[in-house]
Amino acid sequence: LYFIECGVEYTFARMLMLSADEARFERASDQSLLIYFGQQITRKTNEQVRRLLRLLELEPVVGVRNLHPAYCSLLVKFDALQWPHEELEEKLREYLKRLEEVSLPEPRLVEIPVCYGGDYGPDLDEVAALRGMTPKQVIELHASTRYLVYFLGFVPGFAYLGELPEALVTPRLATPRKKVPVGSVGIAGNQTGVYPFETPGGWRLLGRTPLAMFRTDREGLSLLSIGDQVRFVPISRERFAALVSA
Amino acid sequence: MSEIHVQAPGLLTTVQDLGREGFGPMGVSPSGAADAIALRIGNQLVGNAETAAGLEMTLLGGTFLFPEGAVLALAGSDFGATLDDSPVALWGSFEVKPGQTLGLGPTRTGARCYLCVRGGIAVKTFLGSASTHLLSGLGGHEGRALRKGDVLKIRAASGAFRKRTVAEEALQTLSPRKVLRVTPGPQSEWFPQAAQKLFYASTYRVTEESNRMGLRLEGPAITDGTHRGAHGNAFGDARGSALGEMISEGVSLGAVQIAAGGLPIILFVEQQTTGGYAKIANVISADLHSLGQLRPRDEVRFDHVDWETSRSFLLELENLLASSISE
Repeated sequence: LYFIECGVEYTFARMLMLSADEARFERASDQSLLIYFGQQITRKTNEQVRRLLRLLELEPVVGVRNLHPAYCSLLVKFDALQWPHEELEEKLREYLKRLEEVSLPEPRLVEIPVCYGGDYGPDLDEVAALRGMTPKQVIELHASTRYLVYFLGFVPGFAYLGELPEALVTPRLATPRKKVPVGSVGIAGNQTGVYPFETPGGWRLLGRTPLAMFRTDREGLSLLSIGDQVRFVPISRERFAALVSA
Repeated sequence: MSEIHVQAPGLLTTVQDLGREGFGPMGVSPSGAADAIALRIGNQLVGNAETAAGLEMTLLGGTFLFPEGAVLALAGSDFGATLDDSPVALWGSFEVKPGQTLGLGPTRTGARCYLCVRGGIAVKTFLGSASTHLLSGLGGHEGRALRKGDVLKIRAASGAFRKRTVAEEALQTLSPRKVLRVTPGPQSEWFPQAAQKLFYASTYRVTEESNRMGLRLEGPAITDGTHRGAHGNAFGDARGSALGEMISEGVSLGAVQIAAGGLPIILFVEQQTTGGYAKIANVISADLHSLGQLRPRDEVRFDHVDWETSRSFLLELENLLASSISE
């Protein structure tokens, strides 16, 4: 088994942007359309993605089967027997005109306890060395930021969180690990995230959370949803153990 | 409820239906039968709804005891099935008497064989589907492949059963293809002419690292042309070249992405939902089931079709499915 994470490291605001409100359509397959809101990862373009997602969830289009939001795009999968691309595009353009009237839910603030360093965060020391900091400073910086859940993707419950403080931006590992333990908290480029399942992965691991990111026995299943705010809270090994047994 | 006792699970046998759509915002891919056409026909043959859950076997089939009997159909590839040591045919329904055992062996044709049972396999659904999602351990029978000693329940079916058959011509038309028809991927224009030419002219081989998440191919690498780094392209922005950086986006079923090193990976039913590699092409809907029958070392090629053609192939396939099974 293998998995491929999103390509490479990003700098969130480096790339040029198309005019802010101009959405661009691209056919991804004979049963899907991609809608791009520019080509830059900003909170503004991501907000447009979330507005369109929200509107399509509130007022579903018959024959639309799935939605895949990402940083600045939304993939719409549809029943190709019901919709030729051009007709669905026309329909979606009506939705796009109404984005300003969509009110996004008040963002939740979710705190995620993390035990940093040691065998839970095997890359902490190296990240500190690479960025000319002490491990303690890395922890403080990582835990002092309020992150946005740009989207969930890759595997169930994996939230792409941004943006990492500039001082922590670090390329991913040259060779990905074959197995990243469940709950590992990693960084890559200026993203950070928590692995909900044991998967291969190339992000640098700073710590681990005892919380289950994806559980079938609770409503919503995923601990995080698109648009949430996240803060990491450093905890001790003892606290980690206590939370696991709770 | 009647039962299926798993005496031998085979190499990788999972409960699958047509998958769970609609949970992309949570990062959950649909999963579902790798050869959905085979499962749909198998279900029709035993008088089920096409969406009923069956068993998907991979490369090597299992051995199953039916203490109370059942009505079964096998669809997909030929795994040399026997009922108490007498051969049973693919693509037809047959009755199993109480206490009889169905045995399957290694494949003689493609990668997957489906065992459909009248009534369907009864498992607790997850997000509205019985499909197993192996990576996350969700859905299906305890979220995993079957093991020796597992006991599955069969849903009760209503009404009398009448034997059904599928037209031979339909099976011919639906047989898995090794020349996969594709439409352009969302980043196909990022690949220079020479790279596209190479892609469409080459034969690729399916590697052992292929599974329900994706098929990893080996063959001529698409490294031609531009290199990583920000520079202008057809869209006049700075997204970089085909093999360079791109921003992660939603990925579609059957997407042919060119990974680092230039080799194609076809994203499949248990795919990651988003990804950051450029997609040169996408397998058309009418050929997705063929992917489910590809084995390691099989050779494939890609054939470019336009949007209208891909749509007409899908319509043809659906018409065929609707008209080819009769009592």
